Amino acid sequence: MLTSILWATVGGGLIGLAASWLLLTKGQVAGISGILGRLLDTWNDQSAWRLSFLLGLLLGGGVLVATLPESIAAPADRSLMLVGIAGVLVGYGTRLGNGCTSGHGVCGLSRFSVRSLVATISFMTTGFLTATLLGIFGGAG
Amino acid sequence: MTRLLVVFLGGMLFAIGLGVSGMTDANKVIGFLNLAGDWDPSLAFVMVGAIGVHLTLFRLILKRESPLFAERFEIPTRRDINPKLVGGAGLFGIGWGLGGFCPGPGLASLPAFGSSAAVFVGCMVFGMAIHKIAHPSVKNSRHQEA
Repeated sequence: MLTSILWATVGGGLIGLAASWLLLTKGQVAGISGILGRLLDTWNDQSAWRLSFLLGLLLGGGVLVATLPESIAAPADRSLMLVGIAGVLVGYGTRLGNGCTSGHGVCGLSRFSVRSLVATISFMTTGFLTATLLGIFGGAG
Repeated sequence: MTRLLVVFLGGMLFAIGLGVSGMTDANKVIGFLNLAGDWDPSLAFVMVGAIGVHLTLFRLILKRESPLFAERFEIPTRRDINPKLVGGAGLFGIGWGLGGFCPGPGLASLPAFGSSAAVFVGCMVFGMAIHKIAHPSVKNSRHQEA
């Protein structure tokens, strides 16, 4: 548990560093759902950096596969059907609410945005509720 | 070109941070969100680390007049709290609890070629498309809002 907490903090620090890097270099907020959603919306003068950031995210995932393969794991007790429904809800919900764990959670809270705080409380609450109810009633398949 | 490479490196660092922190392990995420089981609170420290670093650097960076490779900082300015914000975030949380993926880890997990991450990302893009069709008035695509 202590090791797990240590890695979570260090990894979180790297995420914070990456968000700071994007702000320092491009002046942009590192919200993954916003970057992806806007890239899909329209092709404009902002699209190149968005695509570049997302390609970096994918290559970073490749580095993980090569160096820390056990760090990427699929949900063991969730059917593909459930994961698909989850994807639709995450895609629609993050666009409707203008952000996800990174945009609202990391970047928004770091600048004391009340809007992001409200969003974070909302998605943490429903996230805990959903996973806990699935855990109790076990209908996860 | 330099500016794109620099942003690309930022994306890579972001993914490595996700992996090191445990966020790309969907079972660990579910173990954190499921309070009823053998609760694993360690992922709460991802936020501690990320906000700790970004909160500090954010202030220092904004002392500059402009970013290194752009004319100005584009920081979200919206302050309105409305049902879309709360409801959208709420739906996102339900999806996160159902699948164990949020957007960043879903994308960063793709190179492992697992079917879960592929299905998740495909359906997430589909969900974003539904939003675009259902709310065609959203035009402010230049600016980050989150």
